[in-house]
Formats: sequence, C-alpha cells, structure tokens
Amino acid sequence: MNREMRRKTPDELLSEIQAEEPEQKGHLKIFLGYASGVGKSFRMLDEARRRHERGQDVIVGAVQAKVSPEIQRLLNKLEVFPLKKHRDCMSMDIEAIKSRRPAVCIIDGLAFNNPPGFRNRTRWQDVQELVRFGIKVIGSVNIQYVEELRDQVEKITGKHVTDTVPISFIKSADEIEIVDAPPEEPIERSPEEQADAEKRQQQLSILREMALVLAADVVDHQLSDYLSKHGITQSYGAQERILVCITPRANVEEMIGTARKIADRFHGELTVAYVRQPEMSAADYAALEEKLARAKSAGAQIEILDGEDPVDCLVDFAKSRGITQLFIGHTQSSRNWPWSDPVEKLIRRSQGMDVRIFPQ
Amino acid sequence: MSETHRGKLKLYIGYAAGVGKTYKMLEEAMAQKLQGIDVVIGYFEPHGRKDTIEKTEGLEIIPRAIIPYRGSVFEDMDTDAILARRPQLCLVDEFAHTNVPGSPRAKRWEDIEILRNAGIDVLTTMNIQHLESLNDQVWQITGIRVRETVPDWVLQQADDIVIIDLSPRALIHRLERGVIYDREKVERALQNFFRESTLVALRELALRETAHEIEHRVIKYEVGPEPEKLYRDQSKNHKILLLVTENPKTAMLIRRAKRVSDYLEAECFAVAVNPETKSRRLADADREAIARHLNFARNMRIETRILNGDDVAQTLVDFARRNQITQIFLSRNRERPAIPLLPEGLLQKIVRLAKDMQIVIVSERQPMAD
Repeated sequence: MNREMRRKTPDELLSEIQAEEPEQKGHLKIFLGYASGVGKSFRMLDEARRRHERGQDVIVGAVQAKVSPEIQRLLNKLEVFPLKKHRDCMSMDIEAIKSRRPAVCIIDGLAFNNPPGFRNRTRWQDVQELVRFGIKVIGSVNIQYVEELRDQVEKITGKHVTDTVPISFIKSADEIEIVDAPPEEPIERSPEEQADAEKRQQQLSILREMALVLAADVVDHQLSDYLSKHGITQSYGAQERILVCITPRANVEEMIGTARKIADRFHGELTVAYVRQPEMSAADYAALEEKLARAKSAGAQIEILDGEDPVDCLVDFAKSRGITQLFIGHTQSSRNWPWSDPVEKLIRRSQGMDVRIFPQ
Repeated sequence: MSETHRGKLKLYIGYAAGVGKTYKMLEEAMAQKLQGIDVVIGYFEPHGRKDTIEKTEGLEIIPRAIIPYRGSVFEDMDTDAILARRPQLCLVDEFAHTNVPGSPRAKRWEDIEILRNAGIDVLTTMNIQHLESLNDQVWQITGIRVRETVPDWVLQQADDIVIIDLSPRALIHRLERGVIYDREKVERALQNFFRESTLVALRELALRETAHEIEHRVIKYEVGPEPEKLYRDQSKNHKILLLVTENPKTAMLIRRAKRVSDYLEAECFAVAVNPETKSRRLADADREAIARHLNFARNMRIETRILNGDDVAQTLVDFARRNQITQIFLSRNRERPAIPLLPEGLLQKIVRLAKDMQIVIVSERQPMAD
C-alpha cells in the first residue's frame, strides 16, 4: 500500500492551477554555474549550435560584452540578434524578438537590470515575457547573482553585485542544468600566494556547494510537481525532511538543536508541528509560545495541527509532506511501556520514516 | 623507487548511464595530454557509443587482461600492465565495477588504490546509485537493489568530485535517439530506470551528495590559519551506536546510521550482544547472520564490538552509558501484532531503559508500487 488518498496542500492546488493556465506555452531552461569561467556560456551556446544544426530556428538574444575566442566561434555559426539602443544604453530588444518570433532564444547572463527607458526593469522579466509569448528561452546565470543568496555570497567573495534574479524565477524553470567543474588547482607559488590561492579555492568550493544545493532544490520542486500531477503522494526521500513534534513540556533546545544540525548537514527542510490540545493551562500556553518562537528563530516552518488523535494527526501530516525523519519526545510516564503509549503507536504507524525519540 | 607521492583521484559522478561522464573524462584526458601529461586509458567501456569512442582517438589504450574463469574468458583492466607502463595519468571507467572472480582484487576501486599508491593520478566515473549508504534510497526510487556498491569512505578519498549534469528530458531524448542503448533496449529502459520521475529523483540525490562531498572537503581547509566558520555549528559532538542483530534489516540500519554519522561527523560504533548462558545460545544461522552484518559494518569502516550478556537491551544501554553514546540506532522489530499481553519487545525495552539518550528507529524504505 504505497499510495494514499489525502487532501492536497495549498501549494499543490496552486501549482495545478498554474499548470492549467493556457498562456504558459514557452519553455525556460537555465544553465547554472558557481563562478564565471566554468563553461556555462559554452555549454549553452553549444546546445544552441546543435539545435540550429537540427534545423531549429535559434537566435541569440543577448550575450556578454566580452567573449572568449572559443565562444566567438560558436557565435559565428548563430544568428546574433542586435541589441536596442536607447540614449546611449543598450539592452535586449524584446519587441523585435517577439516580431521575429524564433523557436529558441539564447540569453547569456540572465541577471541584468535594464537601463531606464526599456519596457521591463530587469532581463528576467523580459525572459518571462518571451516565455509567455511561446518562445523557448535558454539562459545562463551564476550563483552570485541570485537575489536571496546575495548576502551570503558577498560574505564569501567580498564582492557586491547589483543585478540579480530571484530564486522564484529560477524555480520556475522547466529545466535546469548545473555546469560543474572543480576550482583550478593552485600551482606552486610563494607561501603567501599559496595561502591566497587556497583561500580562493575554498571560497569557490563554498559557492560550488551553494549552486549544487540550489539546483537540487529546483529539481526537488520539479519532482513534487511531477508527483502531484500524477496523483502520487509517496515521497522519494531524495531530500531529508524533518518534522519535530513538540508539546509544552518538550525539550526543545535539544530537539531543535539536533534537528537544525541534521537539516543543515543534509541540506534538508525543517518543520516544527504542534497538535492543539483542548484544555491547556496558562503556564503551558506560555511555555508553548516560547517553544514555537524558538523553533521559528531556528528557521523552522511552524504548523499547528488539529485532530482528535494527536498521533494520527501527526502521522497523516508527515505522510502528506513526504517527511523522512520524525522527532518526538520520550514518554514521560514511568509505567513499563503500555500498549496505549502514544510513542509506541507512532512508531507502529510511521512506516517509511525514521523516528527519533528525545530525552525530556 | 624514490619518494612516491600518492596519485590523485578525480571522480566524474552522474545519475544515470548516458549523461556524459565518460565523454567528459576523455575530454579532460585529451586536454591534459595536450599540456604534455603522459596519459593512458587503463579501462574504457565503449557501450557502442560513437561520440564517446571518437573521443579516445589519439589516446593510448592499455590492452585488457584476459581472465579465464570456469571455461569462459573474461576481459578486465590490466593493473600490472598499467603499473609497468607507469603513466602520469590513467583513465579508468566504472569505479563501482566488480572484478571477475579470480582477479587479484575483488573491486575495481581496489585496483585504483594500487595505481594511486604507485603515484599515478586517476580519472574515473561512477553513478550515484552505486554509493553504499544510498542503497536503500535507490531501491525506494528505482525498485532495483544495486549489487555493485562502493563504500562511502572510498568516495571520500577522492580529491575531486565533479557532477556531470544533464536534464532528464535531454537524457530521455538522447535515449530515444538511440545514443545510449541499442534500439531493443530503449523501450525497456524507458519503462524502468529511465522513467522521468526516477531520473529526477536520482538526479536530486546526485546533486545533494556532490554538494555534501564538496562541503566535506571545505571543512578540511578550515583547519588552516584562517578558519571561516561559515557552516559549522558548535553543538555537542554526537556519538552513534547501532545494534547488530540477525534481523535482515540490519544492513539497512548500518547504512543509515553510517550515513547520518558521516553527515554529523560523529563517531559510529556497531555492537552485537552474545548471550552468556548456554540455554540462550543463538542458532547457527543467526550467529552467521550477525557475523556477516558485523563484517559489513567493518567494510563501511564502522568500529565493531561484541558484548557478552543475556539481557540484550540492558547490555547495550550499559555499554552506551559507559561510552558516552548520544544516539542509539535500531531497526524496527519484525512484524508483531499489537496485543497487550505479549511480552515487551527488544525495541520497547531499549527505549524504556535509555530515556536519557536519543533513540533512532530506522525505517525500511519501500519502493513505490507502480
């Protein structure tokens, strides 16, 4: 019994509605890299060349100002669409591209703020418009230009970037491919140069890791979409999803501390749930509020659940969210494990998930 | 031989056949050769793929060894010939390959160890489903029990790991165009392993595992003069203990506990409890199963102990307290009905005795019915 009937979550309903919207005819593919020079542009333009050779109508909508000879050779084989000039500023000419109506439009460098006087404020909005218009857009972006990661990247590289794309845009891609290569080995240098090179290599490794995790998140998003469209509710467990079940008396420091650490190390998701209890003392209520605040500050998503039986309620919720690890507290009763024990019942019912029981 | 440095290992990881691992590896080899590096192909699996075979042009191939076995003749990598040829860089396809019985070593990764010990750099390829600790998750996703596996610690020894990524849609197009397999195999592949959802899930596993492998390597640098605590937290160090029994689910328990302890950088111990009283002696089959599980744990580089005691739960929990264990990993009991009058099970007893520790009850991952 691997499939179960259940209510759909709001996210799922939303994605179904979006999927049914008829105007979304085009297609967006993004090549994601962790630094310049890993070969994104080459991979992308090489794909453009292959498509062109297979007879597809491909144009290059925008390229970076400076390109390597290798890339120039690819560009020579393709139709490079002229940029539009407006008061000494250049940017992509989306009106002209729309009237040209190619099957595929290549856009190198998705993070670009259009100069004043252009139709959209940013290039990614241009892309959305082209995709809605029915064009297949293939674009590339570096991890340092992702809006939500900008601060984190800045701490690593010390460089501030102004032109960015939001994560929601990257997640909206129909396809994403990561272009990976390890940072170049530092060649032997003086000790100071060597230390600098190693530091830089370490920075690049962190950026690389961030790019891989972002790509995995996008892929996970696609997987959930796929599964929900096919009415499958079982999780594949490719991403660790942790659910911490708390009560007013739970030892949240240890539970949330461990959960946060595991979620971070596995690049997983963390949710904290509480099943509403009918009669609660003022003290319990205050304790609970404090614990939920603690969970929130640890970056957990908070869920308050209602249900007659707390165990059923938690297990059903966990199954609907594809939880892989369920965290609960040890039973406080000193009786020798009566069969009515909720922990015992939870273990019996939560097939397919690991259950982690905490000291109270 | 004057001071031998250990050869470096670079691994191209992918999520399925046909994503382009070997192709990329051959490109890298050619680039190295053009820079004057002495490169040979130690083992190459052409799979009849024209594009890939073309990429071997201009590279020296070491002929395979001929290995007779039970009246048949098999071919495999000729490690001795590579050692005698002594290149700077050697390409070896399919890291997870199991050697023909009768070969000097059981696994190809062991041959690669020999090459590296001789100072030869190695480029190799592997798919994510061959990683030992992911075996159950891969089974859950694909319904296939992968038999050729590589222990996680072996992967951790690679100096570089590069993911070769391709969107599943592009991969399926490649498959349909007949680039990956012969026509007759394509239809079957599309219905089994190459279903889009399966590929997407495997790809997610590969991306997350590669991210983890990179993070693992970044930490090593942090020991240097300028520690950057970008990721580390300061919470207490965990120590993980798992109980080895005759239960067939123990292999899964070992994989899961190892995976969690690797990710938490925690120590991991596997313990079996041997009854002292003769009347409680285990059946031979059970003893053999326990020995097999302990051996499996050791192959995963988990420290193992055998304790003596008639009361398994008490013996285990006492050991855990003496050794400052913070987490005990257990598998579920074999199915038993929830009847109040049945005596307390082992799991329940351990949970009751170890209320001061975290107890993790590992669940079996079942493949999706479809």
